[in-house]
Amino acid sequence: MSVVTTTVSHSAVNRSGSSFLRRREVPVGAALLFVLVGTSLSNHRFLSSQGRTDLMLAAAITGMVAIGETFVLLMRKVDLSVGSTLGLAAYVAGSAIKDGGDGQLIKAFAVGIAVGLCVGLVNGLLIALLDLPALVVTLGTLYVVQGIQAKIVGGTRITADRLPGDFVSFGVDRFLGVPKLMWIVLVAGAIASVYLRHMRSGRDLYAVGSNPPASLLAGIPVRWRTLGAYMGCGACAGIAGVLFVARLGGVDANAGRGYELAVIAACVVGGVNIFGGSGTIIGALLGAMLLRSIGFSLSALSIPEFWQQAVNGALLLVAISADRIVTLRRERAERIGQR
Amino acid sequence: MKQLNRLQWDKFVPVLVMLTLLVGSFSNEKFLTTSNMTFLIQSIGEIMLIAFSMTFLIIAGEIDLSVSSTAALSSCTLGFVWQHTSNIPLAVLSALAVGFVCGAINGLLVTKLGLQSLAVTIGTLALYRGLCFALLGDNRLTPFPTSFTSLNFKGLFGTWVPYVVVPLVVFGVAFGVVLHATRLGRWVFAIGQSKDAARFVGISVQRTVLAMFITNGLMAGVAGVIYTIRFASARPDGAVGMELEVIAAALFAGVSIFGGVGTMWAVASSVAFLGSIRSLLRLKGANANELTIVTGSLLLVSVVIPAIGVRVSGRRHSRSPLRGALDPAPTGGADLGNRGTPDEPQVLARP
Repeated sequence: MSVVTTTVSHSAVNRSGSSFLRRREVPVGAALLFVLVGTSLSNHRFLSSQGRTDLMLAAAITGMVAIGETFVLLMRKVDLSVGSTLGLAAYVAGSAIKDGGDGQLIKAFAVGIAVGLCVGLVNGLLIALLDLPALVVTLGTLYVVQGIQAKIVGGTRITADRLPGDFVSFGVDRFLGVPKLMWIVLVAGAIASVYLRHMRSGRDLYAVGSNPPASLLAGIPVRWRTLGAYMGCGACAGIAGVLFVARLGGVDANAGRGYELAVIAACVVGGVNIFGGSGTIIGALLGAMLLRSIGFSLSALSIPEFWQQAVNGALLLVAISADRIVTLRRERAERIGQR
Repeated sequence: MKQLNRLQWDKFVPVLVMLTLLVGSFSNEKFLTTSNMTFLIQSIGEIMLIAFSMTFLIIAGEIDLSVSSTAALSSCTLGFVWQHTSNIPLAVLSALAVGFVCGAINGLLVTKLGLQSLAVTIGTLALYRGLCFALLGDNRLTPFPTSFTSLNFKGLFGTWVPYVVVPLVVFGVAFGVVLHATRLGRWVFAIGQSKDAARFVGISVQRTVLAMFITNGLMAGVAGVIYTIRFASARPDGAVGMELEVIAAALFAGVSIFGGVGTMWAVASSVAFLGSIRSLLRLKGANANELTIVTGSLLLVSVVIPAIGVRVSGRRHSRSPLRGALDPAPTGGADLGNRGTPDEPQVLARP
């Protein structure tokens, strides 16, 4: 349904030649710019070199998970287990390289991705093969993975002094002024973006999310795509877990708690339709960036930090309400135009 | 076939409770003692109260994730008003009013703007929680009068049965009767099957859905008051994650996340079952992490087994020309929310 409206509007938009301004990412980007500029005007340290780094590091982890969640949301599914997956991957990857020497970066990522793929495989098999509702399955795996994580972590924690030195510095180092963690997210986002925009199987995700029965009739291997999307989502959460250890230089039993809702909020604010069929990786990343910036901006403006959650929630409501009102108006305009 | 399986499952859940109590009483002599039962009933009180009204919402094809934040906000309001007016009835009333308003905001956004309830309530989950912190800061309030908090330790008529049984039974019977024996209850099922069809037969879908969200907010408010009494404190980070426990219990009871299917007795039993399993495992020395794994696995099992049953029986009946035609067709309408599509393969099976 949403794809139908977007294609219609796109063709109309191309004629009027303002397709860029009509894109869903523009208001999110504008809001982000507004927050960044507005805050730095009143607190010049907000966008100092250190401030920029902190902001990007925080946004990187949410953004990485949001990339994966986008795959799933596009298909009109949802993955609530990403927070637990992030936590488990963080701990397993952290323990795989602790007390070892330098040069284990690849190993950490391989372990993290493997953990993520395993959880994604379980989710995907249950949802794709047995046609189980995604919300129920991933709520179940949220609990199971969280329990497994807490059980293997126990009361212990991995601290920075037991991690290899190059791994810890990787978490804070910069390349061309941007933290290395953010580069990883940007590269992953670029790959995912190209995949969703230009590859046939990537386009399939939009088709399935717009109209699942029709896409099945059109010969799209819906089950394989679902399985693939969940494994991709798991892998992204796994990578995010490694970023988490690198950034914080440690991990305990509570790592990743509550990330799932923050990530879904980021995607939805960035214009990924929670009902499938429309949305972009760029939007999801902008959404993650915006939510994180607001948090940092509040503390830069010395507003108590606990307002952050309320503002994030309100922002999500504003974003989906605005989307809805715009869609309703556009539909009405098109109806009148057809007459 | 799916209907049949679900029907059998919801009759089986009360049996599961009996079995757990039976096995529990044999395997651990501490399990079926009055003190443990008191503790067990208290520990499931808030979850069960919210589960009653959540069942209505899920059957109607909606969902409310904001209940834990609503409960916490009502608890914080109770503390805040008590601190400033020292008037307990006023504090309780304002706590319930907060629940009402929170539910009404959810309901209005869903019905008036036509937004998906999943997205709306993820937003209000964060919003209401943020307001808790805005109200109380990082502190927790504990200066409640003992006449108020000692309610928790008083048994009913001087027995071991905790007072919370009264609201549980009253609300449980009321919600059960409304859902299964009144016209309003039939409407809820009809809305869950198909919102469009319900509208065409003259059901005021919007008003019913709004009323359900408000009721759900109110019940979360009641749960918030009971939570405050139980812990004798109001804290902004109270009841975190309770929404998932409530939804897990409802889904374990066989309430269909796609709407249109579910029973009140199964939900009540399912909360009791999950509570007694947890209590039993805790007595056996399991820690919180193992309990989390068990809850999650039970939830998965409760959907996997019926699904496999449907597959097996579906294969047997796959030649029937009526297959697929009898099941509600997967609509692409935005009303169903983000619930996936249950019946994809059956589209192909149609002649």
